[in-house]
Order: sequence, then C-alpha cells, then structure tokens
Amino acid sequence: MSTQQPEPEPETQEAPADPEMKGAESPVDEREKEGGMVDQTAVDDAELEGETVHIKVFRYDPEVEAKQEPRFDDFHVPFEKGMTVLDAVIYARDEYDSSLTFRHSCRQAVCGSDAFFVNGKQRLGCKTQISDLEQPVRVEPLPHQEVVKDLVVDMDHFYDQMHAVEPYFQDEDTPDASDLEEQRQSRENREKVKMSTRCIWCAACMSSCNIAAGDNEYLGPAAINKAYRFAMDERESEAIKEHRLRILEQEHGVWRCQTQFSCTEVCPKDIPLTEHIQELKREAVKKNLKFW
Amino acid sequence: MYEHDVIVVGAGGAGLRAAIAAHEAGADVAIVSKLHPVRSHTGAAEGGINAALQEGDDWELHAYDTMKGSDYLGDAPAVETLAQDAPEETITLEHWGMPFSREDDGRVSQRPFGGLSYPRTTYAGAETGHHLLHVMYEQVVKRGIQVYDEWYVMNLATTDESDPNDRECHGVVAYDVQSGQVEGFKANQGVVLATGGPGQAFDHTTNAVSCTGDGHAMAYRAGVPLEDMEFIQFHPTSLPSTGVLISEGVRGEGGILYNAKGERFMFEHGYANNSGELASRDVVARAELTEVNEGRGVDDEYVHLDMRHLGEERIMDRLENILHLAEDFEGVDGLVEPMPVKPGQHYAMGGIEVDENGQSCIDGLYAAGECACVSVHGGNRLGGNALPELIVFGKRAGRHAAGEDIGTAEIKTGYGDDVEDETETEFPVTPGAAGIDTDDGVAADGGVTADAEGLLDRAVERERARVDRLMDKDTGVQHAEIRQKLQNAMTDYVNVFRTEDGIRKALKIIRECREEYQDVYVDDPSRTFNTDLQMTYETRNLIDVAETIAIGALVRNEFRGAHWRQEYQERRDDEWLKHTLVSWTDGEPSVFYRPVILEGQEKTYEPKERSY
Repeated sequence: MSTQQPEPEPETQEAPADPEMKGAESPVDEREKEGGMVDQTAVDDAELEGETVHIKVFRYDPEVEAKQEPRFDDFHVPFEKGMTVLDAVIYARDEYDSSLTFRHSCRQAVCGSDAFFVNGKQRLGCKTQISDLEQPVRVEPLPHQEVVKDLVVDMDHFYDQMHAVEPYFQDEDTPDASDLEEQRQSRENREKVKMSTRCIWCAACMSSCNIAAGDNEYLGPAAINKAYRFAMDERESEAIKEHRLRILEQEHGVWRCQTQFSCTEVCPKDIPLTEHIQELKREAVKKNLKFW
Repeated sequence: MYEHDVIVVGAGGAGLRAAIAAHEAGADVAIVSKLHPVRSHTGAAEGGINAALQEGDDWELHAYDTMKGSDYLGDAPAVETLAQDAPEETITLEHWGMPFSREDDGRVSQRPFGGLSYPRTTYAGAETGHHLLHVMYEQVVKRGIQVYDEWYVMNLATTDESDPNDRECHGVVAYDVQSGQVEGFKANQGVVLATGGPGQAFDHTTNAVSCTGDGHAMAYRAGVPLEDMEFIQFHPTSLPSTGVLISEGVRGEGGILYNAKGERFMFEHGYANNSGELASRDVVARAELTEVNEGRGVDDEYVHLDMRHLGEERIMDRLENILHLAEDFEGVDGLVEPMPVKPGQHYAMGGIEVDENGQSCIDGLYAAGECACVSVHGGNRLGGNALPELIVFGKRAGRHAAGEDIGTAEIKTGYGDDVEDETETEFPVTPGAAGIDTDDGVAADGGVTADAEGLLDRAVERERARVDRLMDKDTGVQHAEIRQKLQNAMTDYVNVFRTEDGIRKALKIIRECREEYQDVYVDDPSRTFNTDLQMTYETRNLIDVAETIAIGALVRNEFRGAHWRQEYQERRDDEWLKHTLVSWTDGEPSVFYRPVILEGQEKTYEPKERSY
C-alpha cells in the first residue's frame, strides 16, 4: 500500500530538548488549515458548562481526496478533570468524526500503541494529562515514521530494528524445567536490568532520535536497550554476551549514538536509554571490539 | 488465501504459548492478531503466577484453594491440571529469561495472594503480565513463527451441520487493518481462539479497549456454547476515574483498606474476620460497595487503599508500577497518601466451552486463555490464577491442535445426553437475531458443508459483502452510540449487585441495541486503517456476549462466587452445582446445564461454606 511522509521535512519536527518548551508553538504552523472540523453544536453545549479543550489533530489519508493533502482539524472537547490526550481524541472520534484514526488499547501506559507527538514532544496519549498542556493541544503522528493515516504511523521499520538485535534470551544449558530447577539470578542483577525490561515498544525514543532520523540503518535506542536487557543479564553466558556486543558494535550500532539524551527525555517508562547505550560502548571497548 | 496447519487467533499470553507449543509439535503455525503481539492486554496483568514451587506447598493445596475459590463450580480435572502443570510452566518462563523478582539466594520470589493457603504467587514486580507477554513474544521471534499482526479476524469458516457437534472449523476470515483487504486463512489442523476477555461489555473495566469478546462471539455464532458467562469478576481495587487496575499485590504485601471513617472495614464490619483484605476478590468487592452504599464511602463512591506503612523501600522493590499508575491516572502519591479504589469489571470466569485439551465441540476449533472456560475458575477466579491458565492451557491447546496426543479429556463439551435443558425462566424479550435479513443480523452465521477451500471462499465472500454493506450505507446509527448504551446497561444492571428487575431491564436494552445495530453504518469511507469498521464489528460481538452474560445472570437464581442476587442470598448446591451453557441455535440463544465435576484424581471436593 502507498504511504507517504507528509510535509514538512523531518528536521523541523524534532522534539525540543528543553522541557520548558513544552506547549510552545512548534514550527509547523504553516501547514495548518484553519476552519477544520469544529462541531458548533458541541462547542455551544460545552460552553454552557464553561470549559472545552481545543485540540488540533493532524489528518491524512492517502485514499480520501480531501485528506490527501495533510492538514489539521480543530476539535473542541468538553473538559473533565483527569482528561488525557487519549481521552480527548477518543471523544473527538466518537462524538464528531468517526474516521479520526489512531492506535490505542490499554489506556494505562503498558501497550505502547498510542505514542503521539503532542505539543512538540513524543508522549503516550493515555499518560498525558490535558491540564498539563498549553492550548491548543497539537496532536500529531510520531515524526520520522511514515504516516499510514491520521495519527497512525508505519511501525515496520521499528520492529525490524528490534528484531535485528536477536531479542530473545539465549542460553546453552538451562536446567531441566520438569525438575523445577531454575537459573539463579541475584537481586542486584535483576535490579541492573530492571529498567531496560520495562520497554513497551512505543517507539517514542526512536522518533525523537536525530541520528535515527538521518541514518535509517541505525539500530536506535529501543533496540540497543533491548540488547542491553540481555547482555547485562547474568543468566546468559559470556560467549553470548560477546556475540551480542558484536551485533552492537557494527557500523550502525552503539557508536552512532551522540548522547543527545532525546530518547531518555521522552521515554514514558523512564528508561535511562542513553546511559544504557554508553554502558554498552564501554563494554565493547573493554572487549577490544571494533570502534567505528 | 493463506494456509497453515494451525491458526492462532490472538497474540496475548495464551495465543503466544499455543503458537510456541504447536510449533514445537512440528506444525506450521501462524498467529493472526488485531494488535501487534506486544500490545496485547496480557501486558497489563500485574500480580503474578500461582505455582506450587516451594517445599511445604504442593499442587494439591493449589487445587484445593482453587476449588474453594471457585465456590465449587470449577471442574476438578481442569483445576488439577492447572495446579499440576503450573510449576513446570512457570520455570519454563524463567528459563526463557523472564525477570522474576528474586530472593537473596537468587531463586524466584513468591508472595501471598487472596484466597491462597500458601504464598505461591510468583511475580515480576507489579508488572508480571508485561514481562510474561514480552518473554513469550521473544520466543515466537526466536522460532520464526509467522505473525499476521493488525489483521482483524471477522469470522470463522465452519461447516453448518444442524448439530454443532458435527461441525468442523477449517479456518478464519480476517482483514488486514492497514490495507482493508479481506482474506481467508485456511487451517489444515486447527484454529485456536485466544482472543482474551470481553470486558468492554462494561463501562467501568480494567480491560483494554481491545477486549471485545471477538472469539466468544465468533465461536458462539458458530455453535459452541458459552459457559458460565454470568460469572464476571469485579476487581476490588481499580482506580475510580479510569478503571486502571491496582494489583492485588498491594494487599498481598500488606496494604490496608479503609472506609471514609478510617475504619479497617474488612475486619471491623466483619466481612472477613480471618483474611481481611486478603479474602477472595468477590468478598472484598461486595464489602467495598456495601460500605459505599451504607454511607461510609469516600465521596460516596470509593474506599481507600493504604500502603504507606510498607515503606518506600519495599514499595519500590515490589510495587513500583503501582506508584506510577496512581500518580499518572489519579494524581495520587501512594507514598504519602492512600489511593482511592473501587470495584471494576476485571475478568470473565466464563467463556467458550472447552475441555482440558482446549478443544470445543466443533472439530478443529480450540480456545485458551480468558476467552475460554475450561473451567478452572468456576464462580470466582483467585488472583494469580489467570497467568498460569494462559500458559498451561495455551500450551495444551497448541499441542493438541498440532495433532499431539495429550490424552483423552474428561470434561465433556457441546449439547449431549449429560445435559439438562432450561425450562423455567421466562425472558422479558426474545433474545437473539433481530431483523428480517438474518445475514445482515448481529448473530446469524454458519457456513456450508463443502470442501475446505470452497468453505473458506464462501466465508470470505460473505464478509466482503458485509463490509461493503456497512461502508456503502450513508446514514444510520454509529457503533459508538450503541456500544455506550450497552456498556451503561451492563454496568447499571449486571454489576456486582444484581436484582431480577435489573437484569430484565438489561436484557431489554440489549435487545434495543440489537435492533439499532440493524441500522449501523460506517462513516469512514477509507479502506486504509479503518478503525470505524473494526469497532463496528467489535460492537456486534459485544452485543452477543453481553446478552449471554445477562441470560446467565437471570437463570442462575442463587448466590455463588461473584454472582450475587438480591432475591437469593444463598448458594443452592442442591440445584446449582452445574454450569450454565448458552448456545446459539437457529437464530436464538438456548440455555442448558451440565453438572460440575467435583471428582478429582485422588479425592472428591466436597462443597463447604466459603469463609475467609
């Protein structure tokens, strides 16, 4: 199927590194189309209650003529205490425009499917309170990924990178499960890998990474973190750890990272991604592996 | 047309485990799932996996606790299989690298959970499901098992002999969400449904938006009875605003429930004088609502769950995820204040009727996980028993579907000589198909008896025509309106406390939803990622499932497990040691009963009063 990356060029869509910039106007105003889908009746009803939230949602559909040129639609959603960005777009879809398309499922920050670009930063829609944002709240698909439709991006490249690091436990001789003999793991070692195991594959980090934007082959922070999760797990052998490091020290592996911390900044699970990448660089040096 | 030996529908814990097992048994397996596997709702499970791993514990104690917890509505062969297989399956997860919480000696930790006579819940922080899901998906990647992700399964391709026990399932029809293309998936050996729970039938639920009972409804319309659907578990600790789950692990670690007057009501008001907060979930959920109804709730809506006294170190070690959930979704810092909680729909004990090999009455059709009813949980599931069910029965279903001999099942399925027909209950409305054009109705399918490929082709044509009809129609009702009405009715009338009047009202509203659904249309004209279309399909499934829940709740005039009836305040073992089965027959539901199997391998489980 055909997909396209809507204008403007990716460089203008980067996440601001400074958290103070949250809610600031992002430099993409020129593609906004005013007079979108404001539902006048709903606005009036809600105004009686006094509060609506104004969201501007990115729209694009390769199949529908009116949406082939990317645009923003405006929705005014009745505000309720505790309302998240996901709640607001769900309301807009269910009440105003059933064609508004986005992924979402668990709405509790574990399924990782509703990562959007909200007011210029990669965030999970379900975990972002509307009341923390400046209005209008601008909701866009994750930058640096092809847009399939509206807020839905093509995740295939992200999954390919995740798969490229052999994302599964590898062992030579586990005890016999029927004897109920487990592998031992120290509390300390579990603690060491704990943060890395929390990744929910939302791709926010990948989307925020300048290097990944310029180098399509770069494994990216999520995949490197996945490799970290196994490489640092004492239950895998030294030989396998070395094998993992060889995957990571390839040309488009850990050495591409320029420690800009944008991945760490946006991770909704607070995984210290940049730190993990640096640690793997140090491991690679210790093992005298190649330095690109 | 795609073709594989075994098609697994759904990619949560049960689906992934079934696929791995079928693959290990030598079958060519494919997983077809409307979500990418790591998005599955298993990832939201928090508490843990019950398995008798330690000295001093054994599977028989686990089986006993489970039978007692089920209020003697679990079938002993299923319950004993669960308890026997859970330890090895749990250790297998460890061997696959699952990051379980650990003891000082490096062994996996276990903690107490409600209704357990031994602390046998193995866990990975308060995010056990997340790790289980990811570990299992990793193994699927390792084995190169084919995954069709973001393909929505619309229907089964099943022959249409008049007796469902004679029918065969040859595959499924699915559409690629990204492209809108509708295709057949032929299964040469078997189809395993692992589509999860139907929590979206309720308004306040811990379940993901994707939990729409698709497998339930497809199996039901194909002729498989849905079993014990009235038994819906309401988890005592969900966040009031969103339904987000606060793990039972909080109470397992020593968390305390208080009412608005600061009373530890589980003890002070005598709901569970021995176990207190760690009584079974149904007991705690009713206690909380009673407190609220009697004016001792906070803001007349909820109660408080306090874990401050556990100390920051222990909370961070074992319940860190709970702190994040309370902060992000309720704005409460669990380290310095108690968390607001109330009961929320959480789990369906009932489901697609299968035996302990995962097999339904239709040849080649299996089910595992929450969508299935083996039955392990009976009237009430114990915390920590859902995840072992996924791996134990997911594996068994996968192996059996792949043709491996795993022994003859003791549990019977389908309509047969051993069942008793429902004859007493009058329904307030005629449930079942609405409208003249039954092909366009909410529940009227079946296929034709033909060669498998012809059957698949016919089923594909049927769904393509259905999609065209929904999309060509320009006006009418939208799914969201019907869905909300249905969810409200279930939450208002088929909730923790149930009255006959209320259930009858719910059935009337469900009927209205069916009729409105005749006029449903899809507004989004695009074939690309059309979630409007998908949710319209899902809503149809929710109507069918909600109706079976309400029917079960109406006919079972007793109080057992999670099923509380105002008019009947006692468990009536003389009449009700039996399963409720709702079967789709000629366009309407028919109800029959099958006796519970209380005879285990070594002993018979005698029903006793369930006190905690």
